[in-house]
Amino acid sequence: MPDDAPAALSNGGGIGASVRRKEDFRFLTGQGHFTDDLNRPGQTHAYLLRSPHAHARLDAIDTTRALAAPGVVAIFTGADLAAAGVGGLPCGWLITDKHGKPMVEPPHPVLAQGKVRHVGDPVAVVIAESRDEAQDAAELIDVSYGVLPAAVEATDAIKPGAAQLFDEAPANTCYEWEIGDKSAVDAAFAKAKLVAKLDLINNRLVANPMEPRAAIGEYDTGSGDYTLYTTSQNPHVIRLLMGAFVLHLPEHKLRVVAPDVGGGFGSKIYHYAEEAIVTWASAKVKRPVKWTSDRSEAFISDAQGRDHASHAELAMDENGKFLALRVDTVANMGAYLSTFAPAIPTILYATLLAGTYTTPAIHVAVRAVFTNTVPVDAYRGAGRPEATYLLERLVDVAARVAKLDPAEIRRRNFIPTDAYPYQTPVALQYDSGDYFKTLEMALKTADRDGFEARRADAATRGKLRGMGIATYIEACGIAPSAVAGALGARAGLYETAEVRVHPTGSVTLFTGTHSHGQGHETTMAQLVASGLGVSVDQVEVVHGDTSKIPFGMGTYGSRSLAVGGSAVMKAIDKVVAKGRKIAAHLLEAAEADVEFSDGTFRVSGTDRSKSFAEIAFTAYVPHNYPIDTVEPGLDETAFYDPKNFTYPSGAHVAEIEIDRETGVVEIVKFTAADDFGRIINPMIVEGQVHGGLAQGIGQALYESAIYDKDGQLLTGSFMDYCMPRAANLPMFDVATNVTLCTHNPLGVKGCGEAGAIGAPAAIMNAVADALSPLGDIRVDMPATAAKLWHIIQSHPATHIPAQAAE
Amino acid sequence: MYEFNYQAPASLADATKAIAAAEDGKLLAGGMTLVPTLKQRLARPSDLIDLGRIAELKAIKVDGGTVTIGAMATHAEVGASAAVQQAIPGLSWLASNIGDPAVRHRGTLGGSISNNDPAADYPAALLALGATIYTTKRQLSAADFFVGMFETALELDEIVTAVSFPIPEKAAYQKFRNPASRYAVVGVFVAKTGGGARVAVTGAGPSVFRVPAFEAALDRSFAAASLDGLTIDAGELNSDIHASADYRAHLVAVFAKRAVAEIS
Ligand SMILES: Cc1cc2nc3c(=O)[nH]c(=O)nc-3n(C[C@H](O)[C@H](O)[C@H](O)COP(=O)(O)OP(=O)(O)OC[C@H]3O[C@@H](n4cnc5c(N)ncnc54)[C@H](O)[C@@H]3O)c2cc1C
Repeated sequence: MPDDAPAALSNGGGIGASVRRKEDFRFLTGQGHFTDDLNRPGQTHAYLLRSPHAHARLDAIDTTRALAAPGVVAIFTGADLAAAGVGGLPCGWLITDKHGKPMVEPPHPVLAQGKVRHVGDPVAVVIAESRDEAQDAAELIDVSYGVLPAAVEATDAIKPGAAQLFDEAPANTCYEWEIGDKSAVDAAFAKAKLVAKLDLINNRLVANPMEPRAAIGEYDTGSGDYTLYTTSQNPHVIRLLMGAFVLHLPEHKLRVVAPDVGGGFGSKIYHYAEEAIVTWASAKVKRPVKWTSDRSEAFISDAQGRDHASHAELAMDENGKFLALRVDTVANMGAYLSTFAPAIPTILYATLLAGTYTTPAIHVAVRAVFTNTVPVDAYRGAGRPEATYLLERLVDVAARVAKLDPAEIRRRNFIPTDAYPYQTPVALQYDSGDYFKTLEMALKTADRDGFEARRADAATRGKLRGMGIATYIEACGIAPSAVAGALGARAGLYETAEVRVHPTGSVTLFTGTHSHGQGHETTMAQLVASGLGVSVDQVEVVHGDTSKIPFGMGTYGSRSLAVGGSAVMKAIDKVVAKGRKIAAHLLEAAEADVEFSDGTFRVSGTDRSKSFAEIAFTAYVPHNYPIDTVEPGLDETAFYDPKNFTYPSGAHVAEIEIDRETGVVEIVKFTAADDFGRIINPMIVEGQVHGGLAQGIGQALYESAIYDKDGQLLTGSFMDYCMPRAANLPMFDVATNVTLCTHNPLGVKGCGEAGAIGAPAAIMNAVADALSPLGDIRVDMPATAAKLWHIIQSHPATHIPAQAAE
Repeated sequence: MYEFNYQAPASLADATKAIAAAEDGKLLAGGMTLVPTLKQRLARPSDLIDLGRIAELKAIKVDGGTVTIGAMATHAEVGASAAVQQAIPGLSWLASNIGDPAVRHRGTLGGSISNNDPAADYPAALLALGATIYTTKRQLSAADFFVGMFETALELDEIVTAVSFPIPEKAAYQKFRNPASRYAVVGVFVAKTGGGARVAVTGAGPSVFRVPAFEAALDRSFAAASLDGLTIDAGELNSDIHASADYRAHLVAVFAKRAVAEIS
């Protein structure tokens, strides 16, 4: 028991308690069961031969020598899969372009056919008795490649003469899409007194969860059942996509298990080739087939994130009031469409560009482009960090243009607190929020008032000090199925929960969400504890197995609590309703007179009561029972389809110093004031914010997937790809303000992505502010020391106010 | 990794025999560079001769005017040695700031200098302090030992046994870390010795080098201000995704001053 247990458990560990994470004992003592920890009897090992070229014709593959190598069980290529009728990897979201035509959706073969399109594109799989033997044999496969020029940057790939990835995608374009009222925007710009303009890059990131991907396929020759163990954030989605589209297996013959998963950040949402390969091959070789990625492989095969190039303009009146926003974005899709890729720079990006502001007219044009790089898809925040980054940097430029304080220009344009529900010009309807409050909280904690004195002091030490503000809004709890469907989703986005009450009153909760580090085993248990009045220790949470969970769409987009938690509450309501019937019978009272609270059914206004455990027992031992009208047992399932997105929001403030001599940025202070709606477990929420901030700061200052012109990933290991470390981060000051979500039973909004959404803009606005004495200088992420030093170098030192002080 | 024969001799004599007899043998120290190289299948030695069981290679001694450190002393052991800290604090700091704790508990002095990564820290200390490298065949000066990028004077079957550092009047090391790997983008070791000031730079060029102009200026007056206005030519320096040659040249001057300032 935690040492603060009495306080934490004062309400039985229910909603609002900082219950220590039930799963952590297992994780911290090495007792977790991750996919690679599993070994199946008779298991073989798969090694994937991957393309060393970014773009090449696949002229011939000769496996003769490899097949003769020791330990080899089988080798398969794209041709074998095609001959067996294996389908391509499907895309889960259809975007309709601005002409009303469907996006270009080229085939994504499980193993490359005809061409390879990025370094790491799988070409063949070797299955052998050991992983080393599989890899040894793979070296003996002779592949003749006809190397082709590569298209790497999206902005280059659309130029005439660029290498073409697919015949069906002229100018490498997947779609050109738009949202908003262009003529209203043009009209507003025509009469605008002030205009702020900005070009920026949102740098490509590698997700890098701690646990690399892994998959084990197993085929039962007796029953014809397939099982896939995989590192997934959403096993049912994998079962649906792989079963229906790739391997043509019915659901009842395919079980997908995602056991403990060590981080995902989005990269484990998608259906990957390796999952289909091991599942299919396990039936071919009639033995389990295991594949585990190594870190180098992860860099070239896990879907990457972000990678936008944008131009944006903001029209204002003379008082800095926003009149219209115009955005043009080129989004890099990589070589193939990953599962949700087309939705990220459209539905989850452009619709967020109203941000926290009342901008009345907005137009966004997005061009999605294929390149010879690893596919890009959702990464923590997915579209919303890109939107926030663009908007909040533009607002800072606007503040300079309008000669207003960055906080003041924001206040002048915030959506008023009494304006909810607020309909934006880009499709979303915000239900609640208070951006003034979170901004004030953040500015106060950040001591905005004392900043100029600190800046002056820093100057005497040769440091350029800056403060940056970012406010954000995000759309979480994805999503009302009908809305998602209208926007192109090829799946529903409800969630399920089954609350199974056992005879002695303990509970197993089956949820269709999936934890890959978020602490659901604790948070979800707290919902049950509050709802049924049982102790949190009496609740076990089960997820990640299609044979146990009714159904589920998984965890991403901060949806688990808002959607999955709402399903739990619905199921709890059903349990209570049935319990009330049983209690009424036992207490010989009318059902309407029985109330339930804190685990007790009571006849209103009397001391006649039955505990929840007594009712559970009676449900399973129905000796004295209303058997004619109520079924025995206490096990309820609910499906919950959200009514709207949820809209977490907040304000982040960064204070940084740049060492003029070296360009090194030090984050002196970072403050985050967020509104996540009701907080179930404050400690877990704080942890989520910290992790998100670390990733947002990583993007702002350190991380970048850099490809050379031939499409080779130059930052393909941790020696070159810089992850943020504890020493790079300050102690964070975090706080929450609560405005409840108005349309889900818990009033929750979601907190998993906020840190990664707010931090990049806050940090980069601080960097721009620090450099402001040198002029108005474009700086793209990551703001590395080398980059900043070159900027400082190329701007005349006489502009630096501190010069005299040295 | 490919298969190899693993040998773990208990004495230096056995190790010497083993490496001489192996068809294409490789010495294994902490494995911090060698093991990843093997895992990536970038090397295919016939034999791996593990030096880890040879106690005599681990000793750290300070006597008279020298600090002598065995080739198999880990960075953590050097950093934690009170004797080294007292004799040459700059060397102690250097060892304590290599990589991260895991690397420091496996990586060794012998492995570091034999590998001669252009971004390794130790070579700067060896060159600036005028260290002597002892091997199973001879002794060499640091200037003769470090030949070029990942290249030393070592023969294939030669084992570094120890390095002795003459104790300077004072010395300091300052390093600009690669934020990803923690190796030196630029590292400058400055020593004030009986024979004059010595400035050695690692990370910036293909291999460690001295900066005679800085040394001459410091001989005139051992103060950071003596280096004002002095620069080094970016022409021969490394340029990569982490730092341009210009930036490295600039950092050499900055970190040389910071090192001098620390001890003057
Ligand atoms: C993540 C990471 C960060 C690092 N950061 C830094 C840093 O900041 N600064 C820094 O200086 N270094 C750094 N290093 C390097 C590290 O400190 C080691 O010094 C280096 O990797 C050598 O490791 P090792 O001693 O384990 O030798 P090994 O890897 O075992 O061997 C390296 C080479 O030296 C040869 N060799 C080993 N011992 C001897 C000997 N006695 N005689 C002859 N040849 C020998 C081996 O055959 C091999 O070729 C880093 C390494 C890693 C992995």
